[in-house]
Amino acid sequence: MRRVVGSNYATSHAVMRARVEVIAAYPITPQTQMVEHIAKFINDGIMDCEYINVESEHSAISAVIASQAAGVRSFTSTASQGLALMHELLFSAGGLRLPIVMGVVNRSVGSTGGIWVEYNDSMPQRDCGWLQMYVETNQEVHDMILQAYKIAEDKRVLLPIMICSDGFILSHTVEPVELAEQEEVDGFLPKYEARHSYLDPKDPIASGIVTPREYRQEFAYQIHRAMLEAKDVIGEVNRDFADKFGRDHSGLIETEFVEDAEVILLTLGTVTSTARGVVRELRKKGKKAGLVKVRAFRPYPAERIAEVCKDARAVGVYDRSVSFGVGGPHYLEVRNALFDSDVPVIDFIGGLGGRDVAEADVRSMYDVLLEAAKTGKAKRNIEWVNTRGVVLG
Amino acid sequence: MRLKLKDLPEENIFSSGHTACAGCGAAMAIRNIAKVLGKEIIIYVPASCLSVFNGLFPSCAWTVPYHHTVFENTGAAISGLSRAMKRKGLDNVTVVGIAGDGGTADIGLQALSGAAERNEDVIYICYDNEAYMNTGVQRSGSTPHGASTTTTPVGKLMKGKQDFKKDVPLIMMAHSVPYVATASVSFPLDLINKVKKAKETKGFRYLQVYAPCVPGWGYEQSKTVELGKLAVECGMWFLLECENGQLKINREPKMKNLETYLKMQGRFRHMDEKQIAELQESIERKWEFYKGYADLTQRLYSGSEASV
Repeated sequence: MRRVVGSNYATSHAVMRARVEVIAAYPITPQTQMVEHIAKFINDGIMDCEYINVESEHSAISAVIASQAAGVRSFTSTASQGLALMHELLFSAGGLRLPIVMGVVNRSVGSTGGIWVEYNDSMPQRDCGWLQMYVETNQEVHDMILQAYKIAEDKRVLLPIMICSDGFILSHTVEPVELAEQEEVDGFLPKYEARHSYLDPKDPIASGIVTPREYRQEFAYQIHRAMLEAKDVIGEVNRDFADKFGRDHSGLIETEFVEDAEVILLTLGTVTSTARGVVRELRKKGKKAGLVKVRAFRPYPAERIAEVCKDARAVGVYDRSVSFGVGGPHYLEVRNALFDSDVPVIDFIGGLGGRDVAEADVRSMYDVLLEAAKTGKAKRNIEWVNTRGVVLG
Repeated sequence: MRLKLKDLPEENIFSSGHTACAGCGAAMAIRNIAKVLGKEIIIYVPASCLSVFNGLFPSCAWTVPYHHTVFENTGAAISGLSRAMKRKGLDNVTVVGIAGDGGTADIGLQALSGAAERNEDVIYICYDNEAYMNTGVQRSGSTPHGASTTTTPVGKLMKGKQDFKKDVPLIMMAHSVPYVATASVSFPLDLINKVKKAKETKGFRYLQVYAPCVPGWGYEQSKTVELGKLAVECGMWFLLECENGQLKINREPKMKNLETYLKMQGRFRHMDEKQIAELQESIERKWEFYKGYADLTQRLYSGSEASV
């Protein structure tokens, strides 16, 4: 069914189709519509689900960790301060290997406060044992919620996953979205049967018991291994989804014009759409520009990035958050992926607090990259785009 | 039918071999509570003495499913467990949270309040040893007036806790839940029958159990039960039960021998006459309040089975 909807509706609809059985969530701009849509589905009788109207995000994640630990498919969603409040429990979800899916509608974390998109809410959560994927369109949000359960529940993975989408740019912008029918989803994502140990009086387990130093390190190692395995699983699930639904989101990364590209820009989220226009325009002008949309941030597809960028003469990285005094978190990943390359790698920090990243801004990023490709070196490694007091390049 | 101690099964649900201190009031209470609850339960324990003395990986004293994540989320975690059981159609399974007084009166109060407001089908048990004992005796909201703890020490200027004990059972009564009760490890018959009643009730049930702590309170380890009895005699703890809004006092305190109770414990030994008089006055006021509250609610809610 094709409908013109925002990402919060697309997510809620996908959650309903995934036959999620326990949801606990708390309203926060720009995620609020999601808790409203789900409440409406339940009260209209079209969704059959336990819905816990908790008193905070801390309780939301606590409740879904518990319900998932009892072997029931669970969902929560949040943004910004709410994600920060959940932080403590994110480690529990990862550590207990629970395939929870969370919709994160990215928004800056104060102070200074604001309600618009920035990734300084989700980026600091990257080491909690959660998979993280960033999306570009409302269709992709919808599709990734469905894929997320299949990825997280795969026995090679068994880790929680966040689907991160840009606040307002997606949440409050309507687009035509193909909403999956129940039979289609049932054919892709079968009824849930827990593949992890779960709390059951018939077969008691201790879930989350305090673990002394003799044992904890091996648990951490297993999470690391599972995160690496997830790279294959993300690709497999994408292919399976593409076969069944006819929409291919390319798995870990998606590329445009990279085969012969001299300069490549790596993006996350909706800036990709803006960059697509710019890179096509540059191609028309004969400039060898390429684009990589990075979809998976955890696990980070370092090998794929290294392979795609191996013949490039300058690589740019778009960051919508900052690790102060260092650079963007995405930049650090790319530097790691390209550690044995001497190609200039330039970080473009911009769009913070929801500031618009316009075509002109992306064009200026490519200008800097083309110049670096010519000279073989970067004037500066960390560039602040469209920032008062800063001149690019 | 009222339970007798001999009705409890021989087998422990919370098994021996746990690592609680000798004379631990909490461990004794939990052992009996678990026997009443039986095997068709799921236990959640937040950070607390219990989360440590119930064993560390790979051992566990619980013979029933056990879940633990953090400190302040008991109310939320048991909500999630209860809803999951509902989804699975496992109506026979009772979901129980067992938290300390710090995890209840302080850091966990918000999640507790939320779960109570939603009338989640769970039992929340607070074992009250009146301070953060797991981290080495710091004050909590449940620490009584005058008690010396490592964060309310006896100094030259101030001696012990200046504030008064937070009345969490009363806060829970204000949530209009089906069942709120207080109990004590020293009155096992009263305790096990309240657990039984809680188990047989639907909706949110709150039980706060007085549990003397040997190292935290500073007394001889053989005196746990005696101390708990004295507490109820002198009015430092009341045995109460609030069913569908109606408060009942299960045991009339003598309101005597406060000083005997205080002098048995290192934490109160510094208290002078003035401080003792202040404490005496506060517990007498509390007693008058509860008598009045019981009278009032008996009248207001008599014959009412419905939600208050």
